[in-house]
Amino acid sequence: MGLAFKLIAQRISLGILLLFAVSVLIFVGTQILPGDVAQSILGQSATPENLANLRKDLGLNDPPLTRYFNWLGGIMVGDLGTALTSGANISEAIASRLGNTLFLAAVAAVISVPTAIFLGLIAVRYKDRWPDKLISASTLASISLPEFFIGYLLILVFGVKLGWFPTVATVYDGMGFGDRLNAVMLPALTLTLVVLAHMMRMTRAAILNVMQSAYIETAELKGLSSFKVIWKHALPNAISPVINVVMLNMAYLIVGVVVVEVIFVYPGMGQYLVDHVSKRDVPVVQACGLIFAAIYIGLNLIADIISVLSNPRLRHPK
Amino acid sequence: MNDAHFLDIRDLKIGVTVREPGTPPRDITIVHGVSTTLGKGKVLGLIGESGAGKSTIGLSSLAYGRGGVEITGGEVFVNGRDILEMGRSGLNAFRGREVSYVSQSAAAGFNPAHRLIDQVIEATLEHGLMSKADAEARAKELFAALSLPDPETIGDRYPHQVSGGQLQRVMTAMALCPKPDLIVFDEPTTALDVTTQIDVLAAIKNAIRLTGVAALYITHDLAVVAQVADEIMVLRDGVTIEHGSTKQIIEDPQEDYTQALVSVRSIVHQEKQPDAQPLIRMENIVAGYGSGPDVIADVTVDIYQGQTLAVVGESGSGKSTLARVLTGLLPARSGQISFDGRTLTNAQKDRPLDDLRDIQMIYQMADTAMNPRQTIGTIIGRPIEFYFGIKGQELQNRIAALLEKIELPADMASRYPAELSGGQKQRVCIARALAAEPKVIICDEVTSALDPLVADGILKLLLDLQKRENVAYMFITHDLATVKAIADSIAVMHLGKLARYGTKTHVLTPPFDDYTDLLLSSVPEMELGWLEAVTASRKMESAGN
Repeated sequence: MGLAFKLIAQRISLGILLLFAVSVLIFVGTQILPGDVAQSILGQSATPENLANLRKDLGLNDPPLTRYFNWLGGIMVGDLGTALTSGANISEAIASRLGNTLFLAAVAAVISVPTAIFLGLIAVRYKDRWPDKLISASTLASISLPEFFIGYLLILVFGVKLGWFPTVATVYDGMGFGDRLNAVMLPALTLTLVVLAHMMRMTRAAILNVMQSAYIETAELKGLSSFKVIWKHALPNAISPVINVVMLNMAYLIVGVVVVEVIFVYPGMGQYLVDHVSKRDVPVVQACGLIFAAIYIGLNLIADIISVLSNPRLRHPK
Repeated sequence: MNDAHFLDIRDLKIGVTVREPGTPPRDITIVHGVSTTLGKGKVLGLIGESGAGKSTIGLSSLAYGRGGVEITGGEVFVNGRDILEMGRSGLNAFRGREVSYVSQSAAAGFNPAHRLIDQVIEATLEHGLMSKADAEARAKELFAALSLPDPETIGDRYPHQVSGGQLQRVMTAMALCPKPDLIVFDEPTTALDVTTQIDVLAAIKNAIRLTGVAALYITHDLAVVAQVADEIMVLRDGVTIEHGSTKQIIEDPQEDYTQALVSVRSIVHQEKQPDAQPLIRMENIVAGYGSGPDVIADVTVDIYQGQTLAVVGESGSGKSTLARVLTGLLPARSGQISFDGRTLTNAQKDRPLDDLRDIQMIYQMADTAMNPRQTIGTIIGRPIEFYFGIKGQELQNRIAALLEKIELPADMASRYPAELSGGQKQRVCIARALAAEPKVIICDEVTSALDPLVADGILKLLLDLQKRENVAYMFITHDLATVKAIADSIAVMHLGKLARYGTKTHVLTPPFDDYTDLLLSSVPEMELGWLEAVTASRKMESAGN
């Protein structure tokens, strides 16, 4: 277990280091953006005195290093600062939106990951025969269509014609789990169709690669059924590439859903970020950027850890 | 059904469809109507060179075609049923229950993700033959019968945690566990070192005797199959050449081809005496990789002009590392190399061009040692251009002369490596080494990947070239028969040290040190009862100690 533990510890410390590097990048990046926040808050008619006062209040006159460490120190204790435009506490505003985004992503992941792996297994089992071709063609078609088109299509079919799910994903505090699930079903399905093809094709390719191994022949010559050979002997050795693609798509489900949120009027992080980018509300942009980066790094870290743990050579050294 | 013919292969034809880009698919027949029968508890050896169809025939008794291989005709009866007529579910119920399989490389044949015990009892459980507890108990009995260490717990390990020889025995236990009627052994000892091979061979033979299972034993090594088989079938290009009892095949072969196989490695090489001054002296060489431990320690050997130093040892003994030190690719950590009386720089990159030219290499895998996109002429011509700056017609003449030396037609120059056979490719590699007109050629296992008869041809060529060109060889091999055929002096390496070193006569004449004795006595000999004699004498010795 020593080797695996060492590798995982290494990955985690690298992840933390990377997160700090990203925080620097985000801070520097937002500093060199054109425009002046004070000016945009007060508008064209502001007097120079008002502008100077506001800059001082906002701490914009401090040296960049001081401002970076003040910002970072706040984040460490969970304080993401205040939005310049509304004066609202960012942490509070983000908390519910992040929760919504994570909920939607989780629902989409729970549907899409098992489906993708299952379809991948079926495609391998019937390689080059009609089920394989049908799966490849349909998942490719769904990835080729733009998200907004799929979204409106689903609204038309399941929302308007069949009336199974609400067309607008309204969620509010204190909503029950069942209602909430019902509300996010259409956006979750839209996201599923977007990420399914990538994960399914990677599963198929990774397993087919393993199917060339001599131990697959051994398993076949034991008289195991095709599906058992794939499930028991091929899949465990294909986990590492599959899990990496799964995590990449999970990250996309969390940070790349702006369009879907807009279509279904869903109060998630994406919309919040886009709103504040257009208002040049730097603290909000910084906070959202850092959260997205943390999610990306965290998910990839999980993929790495699962890869390490799925390798018996690392789990059980000689 | 008849116990004397429980396996009955009739007029078996096997083909493969070759799909090469740019040409229409072609059907090639690889087995042309082979028939045989096997009685319960008997062992039939299938022997032949690569491409003879022996593995393909072996797998057909599981109704299995590897890759695109298809059984195109004939019948295979096992226990009275034609298995070629079975559907998918019938085959699943048959495979692993009535017939099981032991592959060449157990290291690749075991799934790295599961514990050994789970894989060993998998077929037994799948076919509902025993309860899990009974199957595990049987597996442990088999581990003990195959003389595996710690039979109670070895199954809890993963494949990467046991050695190659042990893994091959575990695989035999896996094949035996469901109590099949027949086991197909597909070159089970070919990938093993010679001292490991003898143990595995003895274990397999013992297990066959204890369980009374019948076996098809596939190998290219007649001496090995002579130890385990009751009958031997000699195959060539998918046709049966000769089929008879083991005794008859070994002692009284009828066909020319069988006679050639029996008498292979009968090259007699007159040993030359060392000169006063060696061409190359490697002195107190210590070397290792990266920051790792020393792989070879304190090795001193001499190579004489026009003579062959054979470096022999098992995998991991450091023999290839010694070659890398001589080429300078791996600079020695300490020690020195003198060449023609002067000191040779340790690192290859610091050596003058002439020193590089004087030391050439030939590799084990001729396939990967040549650029597949260059013609044979380009491959051989490159060193001539590079070292001597010769171009144009003169270059073409030199290439033609080299092709003649390696006994290949001159029009080979315009062909590509993929169009050549294994033996021809190795000849081209020899020509490329000769093209530099070196003083010494390092031959790294150059005959290991070749069939015995082809390997014989290569050895004869190398000896002949040595006589004419007065070139020295450092000949690295794990095969003692090759050593006897070619060496003037021998260095036996074991765990990075010289176990024994001297002229051929000295090294191969008793009294031996323990390791050389073990190595020499482990080489299978083409006589019946050799395995029993050796294992019995080893048991006596260990009892005596």
